[in-house]
Amino acid sequence: MSDVVSAVLMLIGALSCLLGGIGLVRLPDLPGRMQAATKPQTLGLLAILAGTALRLELDSAVTLLLVALFQVITAPVIAQLLGRSAYRGGSVGHEHVVVDELAGRMPDDPSP
Amino acid sequence: MSVVFFVVLVMLCLAAAFTIVRFLRGPDTLDRIAALDVFVILIVAAASVYIAIYRDGSNIPLLAAVALLGFVGSATATRLAERRKGHR
Repeated sequence: MSDVVSAVLMLIGALSCLLGGIGLVRLPDLPGRMQAATKPQTLGLLAILAGTALRLELDSAVTLLLVALFQVITAPVIAQLLGRSAYRGGSVGHEHVVVDELAGRMPDDPSP
Repeated sequence: MSVVFFVVLVMLCLAAAFTIVRFLRGPDTLDRIAALDVFVILIVAAASVYIAIYRDGSNIPLLAAVALLGFVGSATATRLAERRKGHR
Protein backbone atom coordinates (compact mmCIF):
# COMPACT_ATOMS: atom_id res chain seq x y z
CA MET A 1 0.00 0.00 0.00
CA SER A 2 2.78 2.39 0.95
CA ASP A 3 4.63 1.44 -2.21
CA VAL A 4 1.62 2.22 -4.38
CA VAL A 5 1.13 5.66 -2.81
CA SER A 6 4.86 6.34 -3.15
CA ALA A 7 4.85 5.35 -6.84
CA VAL A 8 1.82 7.53 -7.60
CA LEU A 9 3.37 10.53 -5.82
CA MET A 10 6.65 10.09 -7.69
CA LEU A 11 4.90 9.83 -11.05
CA ILE A 12 2.88 12.98 -10.33
CA GLY A 13 6.04 14.81 -9.31
CA ALA A 14 8.02 13.75 -12.36
CA LEU A 15 5.13 14.69 -14.65
CA SER A 16 4.94 18.11 -13.03
CA CYS A 17 8.69 18.61 -13.47
CA LEU A 18 8.40 17.58 -17.11
CA LEU A 19 5.53 20.00 -17.72
CA GLY A 20 7.59 22.76 -16.11
CA GLY A 21 10.49 21.96 -18.43
CA ILE A 22 8.22 22.08 -21.49
CA GLY A 23 6.82 25.41 -20.30
CA LEU A 24 10.33 26.73 -19.83
CA VAL A 25 11.00 26.11 -23.52
CA ARG A 26 7.62 27.04 -24.99
CA LEU A 27 6.53 30.18 -23.13
CA PRO A 28 7.24 33.44 -24.94
CA ASP A 29 8.69 35.87 -22.39
CA LEU A 30 10.61 35.96 -19.11
CA PRO A 31 7.72 36.28 -16.59
CA GLY A 32 5.97 33.31 -18.18
CA ARG A 33 9.14 31.25 -18.09
CA MET A 34 9.58 32.29 -14.48
CA GLN A 35 6.15 30.85 -13.67
CA ALA A 36 7.16 27.60 -15.36
CA ALA A 37 10.45 27.64 -13.50
CA THR A 38 9.02 28.02 -10.00
CA LYS A 39 5.54 26.56 -9.50
CA PRO A 40 5.56 23.20 -11.34
CA GLN A 41 9.13 22.50 -10.26
CA THR A 42 8.33 23.15 -6.60
CA LEU A 43 5.20 20.99 -6.76
CA GLY A 44 7.11 18.23 -8.52
CA LEU A 45 9.97 18.32 -6.05
CA LEU A 46 7.54 18.24 -3.11
CA ALA A 47 5.69 15.23 -4.55
CA ILE A 48 8.93 13.35 -5.25
CA LEU A 49 10.25 14.10 -1.76
CA ALA A 50 6.97 12.87 -0.25
CA GLY A 51 7.18 9.71 -2.33
CA THR A 52 10.75 9.19 -1.13
CA ALA A 53 9.85 9.82 2.50
CA LEU A 54 7.26 7.04 2.38
CA ARG A 55 10.02 4.54 1.62
CA LEU A 56 12.40 5.60 4.43
CA GLU A 57 12.47 5.51 8.20
CA LEU A 58 11.06 8.36 10.22
CA ASP A 59 14.27 10.24 11.09
CA SER A 60 15.41 10.33 7.45
CA ALA A 61 11.97 11.56 6.44
CA VAL A 62 12.31 14.49 8.85
CA THR A 63 15.48 15.60 7.08
CA LEU A 64 13.62 15.37 3.76
CA LEU A 65 10.99 17.66 5.27
CA LEU A 66 13.78 20.17 5.89
CA VAL A 67 14.74 20.06 2.19
CA ALA A 68 11.10 20.57 1.17
CA LEU A 69 10.69 23.51 3.55
CA PHE A 70 13.86 25.11 2.21
CA GLN A 71 12.64 24.78 -1.37
CA VAL A 72 9.26 26.29 -0.53
CA ILE A 73 10.94 29.26 1.15
CA THR A 74 13.58 29.97 -1.48
CA ALA A 75 11.64 29.53 -4.75
CA PRO A 76 9.56 32.74 -4.29
CA VAL A 77 12.71 34.68 -3.38
CA ILE A 78 14.40 33.66 -6.62
CA ALA A 79 11.26 34.42 -8.62
CA GLN A 80 10.95 37.84 -7.04
CA LEU A 81 14.60 38.70 -7.72
CA LEU A 82 14.32 37.51 -11.33
CA GLY A 83 11.09 39.39 -11.95
CA ARG A 84 12.37 42.64 -10.51
CA SER A 85 15.60 42.38 -12.41
CA ALA A 86 13.76 41.59 -15.65
CA TYR A 87 11.37 44.51 -15.22
CA ARG A 88 14.18 46.94 -14.53
CA GLY A 89 16.24 45.60 -17.38
CA GLY A 90 13.36 46.03 -19.80
CA SER A 91 13.19 42.40 -20.90
CA VAL A 92 9.49 42.03 -20.00
CA GLY A 93 7.56 41.66 -23.23
CA HIS A 94 4.93 44.37 -22.92
CA GLU A 95 2.74 42.89 -25.65
CA HIS A 96 2.03 39.92 -23.35
CA VAL A 97 1.20 42.00 -20.26
CA VAL A 98 -2.50 42.70 -19.65
CA VAL A 99 -2.25 44.93 -16.56
CA ASP A 100 0.96 46.78 -15.73
CA GLU A 101 0.39 48.52 -12.41
CA LEU A 102 4.09 49.20 -11.96
CA ALA A 103 4.39 51.28 -15.13
CA GLY A 104 4.36 54.82 -13.74
CA ARG A 105 5.83 54.04 -10.35
CA MET A 106 9.35 52.87 -11.02
CA PRO A 107 12.17 55.31 -10.22
CA ASP A 108 14.29 56.13 -13.20
CA ASP A 109 17.70 55.00 -12.04
CA PRO A 110 17.88 51.30 -11.09
CA SER A 111 20.32 51.79 -8.23
CA PRO A 112 19.86 48.99 -5.68
CA MET B 1 8.31 -0.77 -8.80
CA SER B 2 11.49 -0.60 -10.87
CA VAL B 3 9.38 0.28 -13.93
CA VAL B 4 8.00 3.24 -11.99
CA PHE B 5 11.51 4.39 -11.10
CA PHE B 6 12.60 4.03 -14.73
CA VAL B 7 9.66 6.12 -15.99
CA VAL B 8 10.26 8.77 -13.31
CA LEU B 9 13.95 9.05 -14.16
CA VAL B 10 13.20 9.27 -17.90
CA MET B 11 10.73 12.09 -17.25
CA LEU B 12 13.28 13.94 -15.14
CA CYS B 13 15.92 13.51 -17.85
CA LEU B 14 13.52 14.91 -20.46
CA ALA B 15 12.81 17.89 -18.23
CA ALA B 16 16.56 18.44 -17.79
CA ALA B 17 16.99 18.29 -21.57
CA PHE B 18 14.34 20.99 -22.06
CA THR B 19 16.05 23.05 -19.37
CA ILE B 20 19.38 22.77 -21.16
CA VAL B 21 17.68 23.84 -24.39
CA ARG B 22 16.43 26.98 -22.66
CA PHE B 23 19.87 27.54 -21.14
CA LEU B 24 21.53 27.39 -24.55
CA ARG B 25 18.89 29.37 -26.45
CA GLY B 26 17.80 31.90 -23.81
CA PRO B 27 18.11 35.39 -25.25
CA ASP B 28 18.79 37.02 -21.89
CA THR B 29 21.10 36.28 -18.99
CA LEU B 30 18.09 36.06 -16.68
CA ASP B 31 16.62 33.26 -18.81
CA ARG B 32 19.81 31.29 -18.36
CA ILE B 33 19.79 31.90 -14.61
CA ALA B 34 16.18 30.65 -14.37
CA ALA B 35 17.13 27.57 -16.42
CA LEU B 36 20.08 26.81 -14.14
CA ASP B 37 17.89 27.19 -11.06
CA VAL B 38 15.44 24.67 -12.49
CA PHE B 39 18.34 22.37 -13.32
CA VAL B 40 19.50 22.36 -9.69
CA ILE B 41 15.96 21.51 -8.56
CA LEU B 42 15.90 18.63 -11.04
CA ILE B 43 19.24 17.37 -9.68
CA VAL B 44 17.77 17.37 -6.17
CA ALA B 45 14.69 15.50 -7.41
CA ALA B 46 16.78 12.87 -9.21
CA ALA B 47 18.99 12.35 -6.16
CA SER B 48 15.84 11.91 -4.10
CA VAL B 49 14.68 9.21 -6.52
CA TYR B 50 18.07 7.52 -6.10
CA ILE B 51 17.60 7.55 -2.32
CA ALA B 52 14.14 6.07 -2.77
CA ILE B 53 15.47 3.27 -5.00
CA TYR B 54 18.13 2.09 -2.55
CA ARG B 55 16.22 3.03 0.64
CA ASP B 56 19.42 4.61 1.95
CA GLY B 57 18.94 7.71 4.08
CA SER B 58 22.60 8.58 4.49
CA ASN B 59 22.71 10.88 1.44
CA ILE B 60 19.89 13.18 2.49
CA PRO B 61 22.11 15.99 3.93
CA LEU B 62 23.62 16.14 0.46
CA LEU B 63 20.18 17.12 -0.88
CA ALA B 64 19.93 19.99 1.60
CA ALA B 65 23.44 21.13 0.68
CA VAL B 66 22.75 21.12 -3.06
CA ALA B 67 19.44 22.97 -2.61
CA LEU B 68 21.15 25.63 -0.46
CA LEU B 69 23.97 26.00 -2.97
CA GLY B 70 21.46 26.45 -5.79
CA PHE B 71 19.63 29.18 -3.92
CA VAL B 72 22.79 31.12 -3.07
CA GLY B 73 24.10 30.78 -6.63
CA SER B 74 20.88 31.91 -8.30
CA ALA B 75 20.39 34.88 -5.97
CA THR B 76 23.97 36.06 -6.43
CA ALA B 77 23.90 35.65 -10.19
CA THR B 78 20.64 37.57 -10.45
CA ARG B 79 22.01 40.44 -8.40
CA LEU B 80 25.15 40.49 -10.51
CA ALA B 81 23.23 40.50 -13.81
CA GLU B 82 21.00 43.34 -12.60
CA ARG B 83 23.92 45.43 -11.41
CA ARG B 84 25.83 44.97 -14.64
CA LYS B 85 22.78 45.95 -16.64
CA GLY B 86 22.30 49.06 -14.48
CA HIS B 87 25.84 50.26 -15.10
CA ARG B 88 25.68 49.76 -18.85
